[in-house]
Amino acid sequence: MIKETIDQIIKEFDQFDDWMDKYNYLIEMGRSVPLIEDTEKTDSNLIVGCQSRVWLSSEYKDGLIFFTADSDAVITKGIAYLLIRVFSGHTPTEIVEAETTFLDKIGLKEHLSPTRSNGLLSMVKQIKIYAFAYQIKEKNV
Amino acid sequence: MMIEIPESKIQSVRNDFPILSRSIYGKPLVYFDNAATTQKPRSVIDAISNYYMNDNANVHRGVHYLSQLATGAFEDVRMKVAKFINAGGPSEIVFTRGATEAINLVAWSYCESFLNTGDEIIVSVLEHHSNIVPWQVACERKGAFLKVIPITSEGELDLAVFRHLLNDRTKMVAVSHISNTLGTINPIADIVAMAHSKNVPVFVDGAQGLSHGRVDVQKLDCDFYVFSAHKMYGPMGIGGLYGKTTWLEKMQPYQMGGEMIEKVTFEKTTYNEIPYKFEAGTPNVADVMGLGAAIDYLNGLGWDFITAQENDLLNYATTRLMEVEGITIVGTSAHKAAIISFLIDRIHFFDAGTILDHLGIAVRTGSHCTQPLMDSLGISGTLRASMAFYNTRQEIDKLIDAIHKVKNLFA
Repeated sequence: MIKETIDQIIKEFDQFDDWMDKYNYLIEMGRSVPLIEDTEKTDSNLIVGCQSRVWLSSEYKDGLIFFTADSDAVITKGIAYLLIRVFSGHTPTEIVEAETTFLDKIGLKEHLSPTRSNGLLSMVKQIKIYAFAYQIKEKNV
Repeated sequence: MMIEIPESKIQSVRNDFPILSRSIYGKPLVYFDNAATTQKPRSVIDAISNYYMNDNANVHRGVHYLSQLATGAFEDVRMKVAKFINAGGPSEIVFTRGATEAINLVAWSYCESFLNTGDEIIVSVLEHHSNIVPWQVACERKGAFLKVIPITSEGELDLAVFRHLLNDRTKMVAVSHISNTLGTINPIADIVAMAHSKNVPVFVDGAQGLSHGRVDVQKLDCDFYVFSAHKMYGPMGIGGLYGKTTWLEKMQPYQMGGEMIEKVTFEKTTYNEIPYKFEAGTPNVADVMGLGAAIDYLNGLGWDFITAQENDLLNYATTRLMEVEGITIVGTSAHKAAIISFLIDRIHFFDAGTILDHLGIAVRTGSHCTQPLMDSLGISGTLRASMAFYNTRQEIDKLIDAIHKVKNLFA
């Protein structure tokens, strides 16, 4: 199922020849989607990047993990939304095993580089860590 | 007053820098990140490759021809650096990896001998992390305290507060020559005079200082001055420390190894004379050659041209940026180098920087390694355009056009 969402996102981005259109789309998404409640924008949910800040919160419900996220930068928020679309609402095992390279395929690879420090790479790591933790928890129950 | 330098002159200077003719995303590169690192003229690149092609040998103590050749060339550059900043002599120049290593050297070696429990070190709120953390750690190690000079609303050091911070417990004043974030040129000579009246030495972080104007360390009368070659058109990985002989003689070496020793036995090792006692291990000879070529290049251009062109760019860019609705320039001192930090109303600097990048314009975004300064200004970062003499008014026009595109995109 994660793979289907990734394929869908790749398809959506395939329609853009121009980088400006692609960013426009990201900006629109970053703007239109309410991602996270202000009450969830706590320091413990904050992922500090050098460039932009990302908040990530997770909830485990009926065997699935639901993520919400936000950022102070619109482009970062748009990409965070893509990550949420891909990873939210899946089982810990699905998330742990999912590939995280799809941003390469839509020409946004630089946003996940460690040097860009916009918090997105840490967000992906954090998503994986949450999933891994819930996976261990499930096994121990 | 704006004195525009003939375009032909700037074009011929640009031709000295191979990288300036490349494109980014299919657009000609507009490089406004010179405060992070400057580009290198061909002569610097050639000096490095020539060294490895023809002259490579380890320096000092070699009896063979190449070793003596390399040693001679290496020491010639030390002399060249000394003359460039008007040090008392080449023994006052220590080669390091860069300004950061030079700061660490002094923060360790000076503090080891001269900083005691309850003492104080004064830095300023403008400082780059590299001129804060080494002193902070030295204070933690010795039970001393870090005191901070605040800035005025224009982004200048508040000297009235500085005067009050200076006292009998102050053991060092460490300030930057030029703020890497705001571009403010600090009044080093005044700071030195005030500090010396209390017998306190002054350490100057010159990372941004050496590329924008003539520096005369004897005239400034500072006790230490450090620099990075890569921010003055030279290679990465080399820089240096100027220290007054009296201080360097009294300080302990902080790295041990080859070259810095005089005599080694298992009972006791004695150290070489200055500057060698601070240069443990094989030095970065090739990049020292590059540094020498960079100094030759700057001397060849001359400070009259460099400062006239950079002042023109600073004034032109400031005027054009201020014409754009919603732009705030952060740091408005009358004494500035060609570094401009700015904010665009309601647009995050990361968003703006990402789009500017795709338009072929390299600016820096974020806190510029000055988080305490950002905190004091109540912001999380800025966009920074830092210019060099090879930049042009036309490039500034492109930046302004690009900013309008950014504004439209995020409107």
